[in-house]
Amino acid sequence: MSGVNKWFGELHVLQDIDLSIDRGEVVVVIGPSGSGKSTLCRTINRLESIENGEITIDGQRLPEEGKELARLRADVGMVFQSFNLFAHKTVLENVTLGPIKVRKQSKADAEKRARELLDRVGVGPQADKVPAQLSGGQQQRVAIARALAMDPKVMLFDEPTSALDPEMINEVLEVMIGLARDGMTMVVVTHEMGFARKAANRVVFMDGGRIVESSTPEEFFTNPSSDRAKDFLSKILNH
Amino acid sequence: MSFLADNFPLLRDAFLTTLSLAVLSGLVALVLGTVLAAMRVSPIAALRGLATFYVETFRNTPLTVVFFFLAFGIVYIDLQFPSRFITAVAALSLYTAAFVSEAVRSGINAVPPGQAEAARAIGLDFRQSLSTIVLPQAFRTVVPPLGSVWIALAKNTSIAAGFAVTDLTAVLQRLANANADELALVFLAVVAAYLLITLPSAWVIGVLERRLAIVR
Repeated sequence: MSGVNKWFGELHVLQDIDLSIDRGEVVVVIGPSGSGKSTLCRTINRLESIENGEITIDGQRLPEEGKELARLRADVGMVFQSFNLFAHKTVLENVTLGPIKVRKQSKADAEKRARELLDRVGVGPQADKVPAQLSGGQQQRVAIARALAMDPKVMLFDEPTSALDPEMINEVLEVMIGLARDGMTMVVVTHEMGFARKAANRVVFMDGGRIVESSTPEEFFTNPSSDRAKDFLSKILNH
Repeated sequence: MSFLADNFPLLRDAFLTTLSLAVLSGLVALVLGTVLAAMRVSPIAALRGLATFYVETFRNTPLTVVFFFLAFGIVYIDLQFPSRFITAVAALSLYTAAFVSEAVRSGINAVPPGQAEAARAIGLDFRQSLSTIVLPQAFRTVVPPLGSVWIALAKNTSIAAGFAVTDLTAVLQRLANANADELALVFLAVVAAYLLITLPSAWVIGVLERRLAIVR
């Protein structure tokens, strides 16, 4: 993405954002609340529109709302803070819906693949329950399986563990670390510094709608170059 | 009692007329109202405007005026419905659709926005996301208000009596005029016939409401 700007009314939430992410790269976006990191993540599949600038995925410019955009979104997996599993469908149906409706797979193929994915994220036995019967951690792992079922080129994670009880955070992070190891291209907005250290190729630090710093986790955590990042790290790492 | 037995065929036919007015108009209004609600949340401004105009027009016009317009007004534009019964169905459907639309729209607004976002994020377009994710959840929350709309419709069919459809209310008028001594019985019979439609409906609505509730 280059020269991206976005306003919410008067508020200039994204200011001249330039960011490029290579295939297979894991980029963790951190920063204080209101720094624009979630908005940044949501502009990548155009759940938020931008006022100016350009976003391209795999060489293709993000189209306007419509069929073209829907096709592109199918290639971009998204995991939300509040899971957003389809409340009226079973876990299995949540995972097979996209492959059947968008990829036009047969029900049998989609279900076979969905069960594999649910096993992979450790919720295979819950396949026939509805989302409300699952814990937050389980729901979020189903949401990851739902995104993976589309065979996405890139996965976006918008604070995937922020709504979880502490003991459930790890089960979700384990799945994400596994994905990173398997070479998935990932953009992860998170407050989990442990995940950033362990799985990220690059840490992007945002504040006030700008990218303040972009470096390796090693460099960022031991020797941040900006005062704003130093200040932020001292506040969160001193406990 | 022989009075009721003598007039049973008349009452039965009137009951069936009222029932079919309500059921036919209800089905048309449900489809039209849902389409209008979908238009009101569509990303296309022209569709939103058109649906808003429709809803505000019909919701704020007395039903009798709608009947009057369809029965006599449209002759001026060289239109006429094939029968008075169909005129009544059209008036009731067009009028009730506005209320259905508002009920369904409130249901759509009650579905958490994250549901539609997740649907778009896996690549569903607006129509698919509305029909497979948003509307099925919206309908579950609007069973009680739609039930009220249905019961209001069942009673609103009585306006058709004023436009030469022989429904329960028309028969009430006819029998009451001809049999002043049996007035109480005539009233009782007609009210019972209306209740025969509305009371079971209320029960079915209650069952549907419990059965369709979504756990969040």
